[in-house]
Amino acid sequence: MSATLKTETEARTMNGAEIVLQALKDQGVEVIFGYPGGAVLPLYDAIFQQNAIRHILVRHEQAAVHAAEGYARSTGKVGVVLVTSGPGATNAVTGLVDALMDSIPVICLTGQVPTHLIGNDAFQEADTTGITRPATKHNYLVKDIGKLASTVHEAFYVAKSGRPGPVVIDLPKDILIGKGPYSEAPKTAHRSYRPMTEPDAGQIRAAVKLLKGAKRPVVYAGGGVINSGPEASRLLGEFVRMTGMPCTNTLMGLGAYPSTDPQFLGMLGMHGTFEANLAMHGCDVMLNIGARFDDRVTGRLNAFSPNSKKIHADIDPSSINKNVKVDVAIVGDAARVLAALVEAWREEGAGQDREAIAGWWRQIEGWRETRCLQYRQEGSIIKPQHAVKRLYEITREMRQETFITTEVGQHQMWAAQYFGFDRPNRWMTSGGLGTMGYGLPAAMGVQIAHPDALVIDIAGEASILMNIQEMGTLAQYRLPVKVFILNNEYMGMVRQWQELLHGSRYSESYSEALPDFVKLADAFHAKGIRVTRAEDLDAGIREMLAHPGPVIADIAVAKDENCFPMIPSGAAHNEMILAPGQAGGVAGVTDEGKVLV
Amino acid sequence: MPASTDTTFRNATIAVLVENEAGILARVVGLFSGRGYNIESLTVAPVDEARRLSRITIVTSGTDMVIEQIKAQLDRLVPVHKVSDLTLEGPHLAREMMLIKVAGRGEHRMEALRLADAFRARVVDATTESFVFEMTGAGEKLDAFIELMRPIGLTEVSRTGVVAIARGPGGLQA
Ligand SMILES: Cc1cc2nc3c(=O)[nH]c(=O)nc-3n(C[C@H](O)[C@H](O)[C@H](O)COP(=O)(O)OP(=O)(O)OC[C@H]3O[C@@H](n4cnc5c(N)ncnc54)[C@H](O)[C@@H]3O)c2cc1C
Ligand SMILES: Cc1ncc(C[n+]2csc(CCOP(=O)(O)OP(=O)(O)O)c2C)c(N)n1
Ligand SMILES: [Mg+2]
Repeated sequence: MSATLKTETEARTMNGAEIVLQALKDQGVEVIFGYPGGAVLPLYDAIFQQNAIRHILVRHEQAAVHAAEGYARSTGKVGVVLVTSGPGATNAVTGLVDALMDSIPVICLTGQVPTHLIGNDAFQEADTTGITRPATKHNYLVKDIGKLASTVHEAFYVAKSGRPGPVVIDLPKDILIGKGPYSEAPKTAHRSYRPMTEPDAGQIRAAVKLLKGAKRPVVYAGGGVINSGPEASRLLGEFVRMTGMPCTNTLMGLGAYPSTDPQFLGMLGMHGTFEANLAMHGCDVMLNIGARFDDRVTGRLNAFSPNSKKIHADIDPSSINKNVKVDVAIVGDAARVLAALVEAWREEGAGQDREAIAGWWRQIEGWRETRCLQYRQEGSIIKPQHAVKRLYEITREMRQETFITTEVGQHQMWAAQYFGFDRPNRWMTSGGLGTMGYGLPAAMGVQIAHPDALVIDIAGEASILMNIQEMGTLAQYRLPVKVFILNNEYMGMVRQWQELLHGSRYSESYSEALPDFVKLADAFHAKGIRVTRAEDLDAGIREMLAHPGPVIADIAVAKDENCFPMIPSGAAHNEMILAPGQAGGVAGVTDEGKVLV
Repeated sequence: MPASTDTTFRNATIAVLVENEAGILARVVGLFSGRGYNIESLTVAPVDEARRLSRITIVTSGTDMVIEQIKAQLDRLVPVHKVSDLTLEGPHLAREMMLIKVAGRGEHRMEALRLADAFRARVVDATTESFVFEMTGAGEKLDAFIELMRPIGLTEVSRTGVVAIARGPGGLQA
């Protein structure tokens, strides 16, 4: 198909809009998430006249970017967005920063006023490249149609190579209308941007030497393993199993190592497990692969894993020694690094101190005995943890390919704690920016990419309202996304901090005047379900899953449940707060900690 | 936030070879302001028209960890070709140029001229009641000259900021 397309296109000069579409096709794009407006009408006209690329009309530009993120994260491809100038572009900014923080490859095409009007405060003009400069990995303003095709190709290269991220291409309307030449993606290397992917052999040897000598090792794997592709997760599994080490994942890394594997300690960090955090605190050698020592993970920096040698493998040199000084730095792609580690581990003669490792595991088993994620489901009031756990168990029974997205808050953390992921790319959440309103549009993007899969947005009643308009998109494209609301009638995460840090003064965190979610679903041509009693939970979940179209399941859960374990801001890993009734360290929040978010 | 153990500050003169394109300076400056790094001086000019390259010289200060961060952050900007920490990489030359205007009559004029001569500043403009001197040198030398001119009739100073280059045969290549 592309061959005939090309001979056709070579024969005629194309206008800018056609050039953009041709470049997208050549880059393998199948879907665009967008919203029209004056400045991009030429592009919409070109979209109208072709069938190779499908356009999904969202209801808000922020949602277009989150949808592209969900599409990208669940497929490993680049997500593509198209918005108009001015308000279209500014509405997209939250999504762009979200993609930047979580290293998601996205191309966002923005309309712009014609070049001769730029700077004149023209109608719907915004300084899009200025506004999005710190919101993107890179951005372009195309002022010369001769460079249009090459700019689009370069944008894809930049978005997906090295540490992935969002790229904006600002397209003045005269460029979209003008005629120009088309050029294919260049085969030559980029002039200046050539990230390193192959690890240094000496550093790999140094890492293996440290790891072989370790008595209390731990592997801490993050989103970079997912970014690298499924092969990296496979190799992570191989390496962890061959070395017998415990492994923990960040929020962004969930699915990189199978949750059901006995060597998995669960998530680490602020709401991570007791065993994962104490293993991080007590280890003597730490291997960080594709994680960025985020403050949600390290807690108080000067108390973070105080007695360990640290190895950090990351594709972005700026992630290394940013927050935590490490002993061995490896720059490279996670899959390449892991392949090299597996090989070097086999070759390195020295054996491990098996006895020491066995002792380390006994200590870890001791921490596991705390059963930090245990909760008691008693009576009719549904515990939010229980709702997620049952959702997990029931979807597992169904053996259908399942993808989970979340909004932001307590429900997000409960989803991370109680929904198990055994494979990468099945879990999409807003980690770095923590954007309420991410989950529904992200689920949309996932469902577009995987039409036959089960896609569930685990939501909070407050977050879901931030992009609720996308129920319209679900209806239009018959996307059977399930929205599973843990409705505690509070901005629960805010309420929890107010309870623990601000004397239970629940300032503005009550979800007043909520809509009737069943009627709301109905108004958007979806099915609405409300479950209020624990006895009815399973039936409600099954009813949701059985429905072939989109569903909002409004699950009334305990209003004042807190999410534990919790390392309060400014505290150390060994100062974790556990759920009431569980033994363990109890921390006070210092004034210093209160300053932190 | 840098680890609290690493608190000794150092200065760094960093040379950056970049694509000569719109927005590159905004990217670099935005990086410094957005991440809270110091800029003591920043200069930029095209150095290779044919290959569309510009060179930026930045003088900054911070802990070792912060300076390493600055270099890594600069290096990952897409239009950046090369980043070189001249302070760390060996002996280098750093120069700044200044135009400085001094107004006055009589003995003050003579004093200004004598000092300018001692500092090897050139007279590039003169009226009966003023001089403009041009002077090149290390920043401290320029500072010293300004201080001397202050009581004599300093009117205006314009400085370029630091440009720097490594000593020896090696060069910064794209
Ligand atoms: C309410 C809330 C609570 C949270 N609580 C927790 C918590 O308890 N625990 C937790 O872990 N997180 C938590 N987070 C998320 C947290 O804010 C961070 O987003 C997350 O910890 C970062 O994950 P990461 O370190 O894996 O890095 P990511 O943000 O996924 O970054 C990936 C890293 O890998 C590198 N990389 C990218 N591609 C590659 C490649 N191909 N090869 C090698 N390296 C690569 C990147 O350069 C980067 O350094 C929470 C977020 C919210 C909103
Ligand atoms: C856009 C945005 N605004 C504000 C916040 C701060 N915030 C974090 S969690 C939260 C409450 C979320 O409430 P809900 O969706 O009901 O989830 P719950 O914590 O109750 O599960 C708020 C307001 C945010 N993360 N994102
Ligand atoms: Mg809530």
